[in-house]
Amino acid sequence: MSSRPLSPHLQIYRPQLTSILSITHRGTGIFLSLGVVVLAYWLVAIAGGEGSYATGRECLSSVPGKLFLAAWSFSFYFHLCNGIRHLFWDAGIGFELKTVYASGYTVVATSLVMTALTWVYAFGGAQ
Amino acid sequence: MSLESDLARVRGLGSAKHGTHTFWHQRITAIALIPLSLWFVTGLICVMDATHAEAVAWIKAPHVTTLLIALIAALLYHVKIGMQEVFEDYIHAEWLKISSRICLNLGTALCGLVSIVAILKISFGTF
Repeated sequence: MSSRPLSPHLQIYRPQLTSILSITHRGTGIFLSLGVVVLAYWLVAIAGGEGSYATGRECLSSVPGKLFLAAWSFSFYFHLCNGIRHLFWDAGIGFELKTVYASGYTVVATSLVMTALTWVYAFGGAQ
Repeated sequence: MSLESDLARVRGLGSAKHGTHTFWHQRITAIALIPLSLWFVTGLICVMDATHAEAVAWIKAPHVTTLLIALIAALLYHVKIGMQEVFEDYIHAEWLKISSRICLNLGTALCGLVSIVAILKISFGTF
């Protein structure tokens, strides 16, 4: 094990859009995985009746709850858009450097716009 | 000279010991999750300010019950594969790798079961 060569450590490389998006895909994936527990909680709260539903709504509409939902919604749209980008790569499409950058910027722009639209729609009318 | 065929040599290699099986299932669940998650998030935005009765009525619709269970199944399996990949990449002590995999498998299974039981209770129960 120790005699095998090591590749240079991550800090050596200059951050690029491609590497940033790659690690963000993983980061958002981990964060969305935690959201699965919140989803289960939300369903159990509804199943529990009006009392537990009210408690659940209070939790999610509190400041930490809203911050979580904001981070979660951006993570969702990013992971969805970048996941579609990955599926195209799996099909062998879009590997040219120019295309990789174009699709990368498209993913960032689309996920930001969709997050903003979600929040305008979800809270614009309610507040 | 080895008498092993190329296929026998590569079979069972890789950190998951299952070759492309996991890779393929990750892609299948990803494709399933594109429409399912978009549908769910759209529905979620609509029931965000709903009363308990409205949320229950939404889930009680047979197509919503069905799609929610499909979403939970695909989502939890996708989470299991993705998180396992993260564990395999960053956890190097064998005992920790195995115990975290066991926790992940049992945890995602439990999370999925809890969610599905909650959905069924809402769908078939009376409030």
